[in-house]
Amino acid sequence: MADHHDDHPSFNHPAPLKLLYAVFFALIGLTILTVVVSSLGLPPAIAFPVAMLIATAKAFLVCAFFMHMLWDKGFNILFFLSSVLFVSLFIGLTLTDTSEYQNTIDAFPRAEDTAAP
Amino acid sequence: MAVADSHDTAHDDHHDHGEFIAHHFDSPEQQFDSGKLGIWIFLVTEVLFFSGLFVAYTLWRNHHPDVFEQAHVFLDKILGGLNTVVLLFSSLTMALAVRSAQLGKNKQCSLFLLITMVCASMFLGVKAVEYSHKWDMGIFVRSEFAYTGGHDTSGLFGLSQYLVNLSVIPALLLAACVVAAVVGKLTNKALFGSFMIGMAITVGGYFLGAFSGVVYMSATGGGTGGSHASHIIDSQPLMLHAMTVDEKSDEHDTDHAETDGEEHSHEDGDSHEHADGDAHDAHSADHHDDAHGADHGPDPTKFDKDIGTFFSIYYCMTGLHAIHIIGGIIALAWLYWRSLAAHWRPDYFGPVDFVGLYWHLVDLIWIYLFPLLYLIE
Repeated sequence: MADHHDDHPSFNHPAPLKLLYAVFFALIGLTILTVVVSSLGLPPAIAFPVAMLIATAKAFLVCAFFMHMLWDKGFNILFFLSSVLFVSLFIGLTLTDTSEYQNTIDAFPRAEDTAAP
Repeated sequence: MAVADSHDTAHDDHHDHGEFIAHHFDSPEQQFDSGKLGIWIFLVTEVLFFSGLFVAYTLWRNHHPDVFEQAHVFLDKILGGLNTVVLLFSSLTMALAVRSAQLGKNKQCSLFLLITMVCASMFLGVKAVEYSHKWDMGIFVRSEFAYTGGHDTSGLFGLSQYLVNLSVIPALLLAACVVAAVVGKLTNKALFGSFMIGMAITVGGYFLGAFSGVVYMSATGGGTGGSHASHIIDSQPLMLHAMTVDEKSDEHDTDHAETDGEEHSHEDGDSHEHADGDAHDAHSADHHDDAHGADHGPDPTKFDKDIGTFFSIYYCMTGLHAIHIIGGIIALAWLYWRSLAAHWRPDYFGPVDFVGLYWHLVDLIWIYLFPLLYLIE
């Protein structure tokens, strides 16, 4: 099915059917795995990284095969993955700053308290 | 395959079938590459757009893990998992649709696109059941939060009134699509008629999803948020101070012990009371007394509001995601029309590929949302 390359322009790379099905079943398997792991009652310090690891594995499968990243131009991949860098900067820098104004926040009454007569 | 060959093919096509090649592009390949770069840029902005909500999530969870642990019992893993599978399956059919378009198989492509759209609608149907079930229990965003634990059956067929209200729009759409399909068939507009039949089937997917959700909910006795959730809340009431006081700061506590020492000395000495007092330390003395006046055990209104913060984040994240699903369905409908019109050829399939990338990104975001929101333990 996937050997129609001859009459295709060079930018056209149909993915092999078997590969697409294999990726789908791997994704379903990982989804079941992450639900099972979350039910084991592991301590949050382990459960959270494991859940994120499984999610990232799923994200890799979707990006690499469903989004054809493996066959895409290097620049496009670099471009897209750079967004991950900026997201981690965003989250990381915000986290380091988050306790900075806690005292000021504590001094503020809650919205419903000020509304009370 | 030689590069020269493909160039020749592309060149020939440019003259024979150049109807979709814009005049400012030299070749189909150049047009494709430009579009591809464009969609990747768009996806980057989408990732950054969602990242704001992920930052809010990370900060809140980091500071108040207790709120998240208590709130997650209101989310149903099975329904969330069902939606994950539906979305993953739609991603598969989308990838298959892209493949069909690359091979120039328009009919096959339209079928896969239709399945993708039906799955997207199903996702929204399940989501509608989840949302309406929470609204029945009074679980809204923080400012509107008023947990009652109720289970509304006052709507049509004993369904939740919220679910019935939510379903009005798809019901109207379904009726409009059926009427339009009939009109299309009667006036011999074959393309329009087939398109509208596909759209009616797509909207039908919503009702399929909502139906499965309702069946699941009734099979599990109202789903989560029932006895399990109220048991957790009764046994581990969530405290106000979790939201407003940095409980880790010891010096902070000592500070307040000095200023508020007088008042605290005649409290019952319960650590909860103490912390509650801290949260109100900025208030006037009589307000302070009010806060403690009727305080035997946790004040339900206050704990409710706190848990509502999780749901503010939940509604924003899943709501924004649902908006992207709706946008995806509209884009897919456009592709469906063009597939029926047999526009795709081995040198012109860009739009399917680009919308496919967008659709996979929506899936990608859900892949992270699912464990972050539903699988907290």
